[in-house]
Amino acid sequence: MSFLFYAGGVVALISTLLVILQTNVVHALIYLVLSLLAVAVVFFSLGAPFVALLEAIVYAGAIMVLFLFVVMMLNLGQTTREQEKAWLPTKVWFVPVVLATILLIGLLSSFPVNSIEVAEVGVMEVSGLLFGPYVLAVELASFLLLAGLISAYHLAKSR
Amino acid sequence: MYTIPFEHGLLLASALFALGLVGVTTRRNIVFVLMSLEIMLNATGLVFVVGSSRWGHADGQVMFLMILTLAAAEVAVGLALIIQLYRRFKTVDIDVLSQLKG
Amino acid sequence: MFESLGLLPTFPLLGFLTLFLAGSFLPRGIIGLIGAGSIGLSFLVALSIVMPFLSGDSDVTRHVVYTWLSVGNFQSEFGLYLDGLTVVMILVITGVGFLIHLYSTGFMIDDPSYSRFFAIMNLFVASMLILVIADNLLLLYLGWEGVGLCSYLLIGFWYSDPANGYAARKAFVTTRVGDTSMAIGLFLLFTQLGTLDIQSLMVLAQDRWDIGSGFAVAASLLLLGGAVGKSAQLPLQTWLPDAMAGPTPISALIHAATMVTAGVYLIARMHPLFELAPNIQLLVAFIGLATLLIAGFTAMTQHDIKRILAYSTISQIGYMFLGLGVGAWSASIFHLMTHAFFKALLFLGAGTVILSLHHEHNIFKMGGKWRQLPVAFASFMIGSLALAAFPFTSGYFSKDEILIGALAVEGVGFWLWFGGVVGAFFTGVYSFRLVFVVFFGESRGHHDDGEVTGLAMAIPLFVLMILALFGGFIHIPVDSVFSHGTELLGTHEEHSVSTFMHAVMIAVPLIGIGVSYLFYCANIFSVNNLMRLPFAKSLHALWFSGWGFDYLYKLLFISPFLWLAKINRRDFVDTFYAGIVVLTVFGNSLSVRSQSGLLRWYILSIVIGIVLLVSAGAFL
Repeated sequence: MSFLFYAGGVVALISTLLVILQTNVVHALIYLVLSLLAVAVVFFSLGAPFVALLEAIVYAGAIMVLFLFVVMMLNLGQTTREQEKAWLPTKVWFVPVVLATILLIGLLSSFPVNSIEVAEVGVMEVSGLLFGPYVLAVELASFLLLAGLISAYHLAKSR
Repeated sequence: MYTIPFEHGLLLASALFALGLVGVTTRRNIVFVLMSLEIMLNATGLVFVVGSSRWGHADGQVMFLMILTLAAAEVAVGLALIIQLYRRFKTVDIDVLSQLKG
Repeated sequence: MFESLGLLPTFPLLGFLTLFLAGSFLPRGIIGLIGAGSIGLSFLVALSIVMPFLSGDSDVTRHVVYTWLSVGNFQSEFGLYLDGLTVVMILVITGVGFLIHLYSTGFMIDDPSYSRFFAIMNLFVASMLILVIADNLLLLYLGWEGVGLCSYLLIGFWYSDPANGYAARKAFVTTRVGDTSMAIGLFLLFTQLGTLDIQSLMVLAQDRWDIGSGFAVAASLLLLGGAVGKSAQLPLQTWLPDAMAGPTPISALIHAATMVTAGVYLIARMHPLFELAPNIQLLVAFIGLATLLIAGFTAMTQHDIKRILAYSTISQIGYMFLGLGVGAWSASIFHLMTHAFFKALLFLGAGTVILSLHHEHNIFKMGGKWRQLPVAFASFMIGSLALAAFPFTSGYFSKDEILIGALAVEGVGFWLWFGGVVGAFFTGVYSFRLVFVVFFGESRGHHDDGEVTGLAMAIPLFVLMILALFGGFIHIPVDSVFSHGTELLGTHEEHSVSTFMHAVMIAVPLIGIGVSYLFYCANIFSVNNLMRLPFAKSLHALWFSGWGFDYLYKLLFISPFLWLAKINRRDFVDTFYAGIVVLTVFGNSLSVRSQSGLLRWYILSIVIGIVLLVSAGAFL
């Protein structure tokens, strides 16, 4: 089962890298869906099937579809590839990559060395917490979603 | 049962985060910026899930759910803003949107 | 009974507050009632204090109202002190003050700022009373500065004319020179003797300092500086003639009867200190002598009715200083009192003249007014007689005592006396020059509109006439205050003066009056003939300008100061602040550049910050 973890991890990294390198928005979105699905696999291998499912359904499903809609509304895609290429000369990558690398090294050097005894933490425990001690947080999350809904509606409305 | 080194999970999360960061800082297309932000948020969620299985506790997963909700709301608002900006400026280039220049 | 001492300044202070806060809402009648009534109440309180004091065995009283400040081992109280000297002062201030207030209710009735006038007048009386009943120098200084402030406010009372504002500033700044000197004197006394309480200060000074010791000389010299400034003596006398810009009752109250005599009071109050410094005391005498002569010469040449009186005030205060300097303390205080009477009378009479002649100040545009202005004429006649020390008027007794005191001084005594007598001659000349030019001869311009006089203005004049005539018979209870001081310089009272000297002192003012008569009334001699001589002309110009002191000070102080101000127009100190501005603008331009409006730059800078933090956390 640890194979699943590493395979998912490698796929996630590669597809994410491709997301940020892509010039075609639609392609990038497909890679992002792939990346998210791979992370869902990683979740599953870590013994969190509920979260893995949510990742696949909500993230890779709902949110990405939202992106797709917008991309279609803005009519981005094939036609803007040339423009994207012009926006991405090689020198632009230099500073961010260096900074991100330093950050990564900084993070890695602070990791504890430890092993995870993977045990499944199922839906029952999660929902027990959600409707027990975290019920207020769930309510607040619903408020946040409602606010997001209303403001998105208001902002995207054409005058 | 099997074991996975704890730090490998964190390594994966950090790498994803760093990639997202590179995306945010390099891309000029605002849709790409938003996508990279999603990658970063996802990476953060991954850390919570890794932590959750490290201690065999469901709290981390609850936090991931919160991040998921946050991401959904943020994407909804962000995309609405993109649409509005595109209507006004006919571009998705964030460098054009520099009216806050001092 | 003596607890009511605290009530003395309370009534005027309440009057000031009422008028200051509510004055614009009150009708004129009420304002006058409050303004003059508060002083009247104070006068009644003063009488109720003085009566038992006079009938008793002249007990000295000390009464602490409350502790004002207490810092470390320094403590200053709102302490009040009553002795013979204070009694004289509070009676003069409240009595003459009340008469002048009463007069003002009539004099100022048409002024738009009626309530402001009485508010400041009341504040002035309150400050002056605090000055004279204070038992420590700090409280005295409070009153001292309070009267200075009121003087400034009242000189500039008609502030819409810039010249009046200039006169007010001149008075304020000039007296400030003296006040600074006095403040330094207070610091010196406190650091050396550790207290500001006047009575213990005097005892300590006599215990610790020898006669003529450095500290005593320095302290008395510094206090003398303050007194000279306040009392318009040489070399700080130039402000008083210009101070006549204020309304006439103010000139009467502040610049003749009370405030300008504060310097005399201060020296009399601190006389044990001055006795420790005989040289400084002699300096006081010479300052007084020089001032009285210089002011006397100047008064003869002026033609503004109020300026003549102002110079005569300076001259008379010079007599008081002469008296202080020769140790004739009680004579000096006596002269202070009689001077308050007849000078207030003269100023109020001048006020009536000015008001009746539609604010005419030039005496040569008056003339022959005795028929038209009978009350003013009577006031001027009596006032001038007293001023010129006509026998058996009040001024005669007090001036006589001072001159006899001067004669008692060994060595220079005769010269001091001689100078004083010369001054008395000029006093006779200039005071009756005023009377003859204004009230006799033929009328020069101005119709006979009748005299502006009401009961409120006439009553004070009549009372002051009586006081100016018979004030000399009042015995002032100050002997006990100065009794120990007389041993040092010889008692002037027991000194025998030859009949010849007495005759001279009586005759000289009469000769002066006679000379004045020949020049200005009978026209036997003419000033115009004298003026044909070039020498006399330049002398006249010199005297007219007050011996050129204004010009001298302009040359010595004002011009260099203005020159310094001019060359320092681009303020040297400001370069520092300008540097701060330049630095800020530079920093601003830098940070503006960083605010590019490019979102990725902002993210990048956030990332750099995070990287720094994380690496710090990871590697340190």
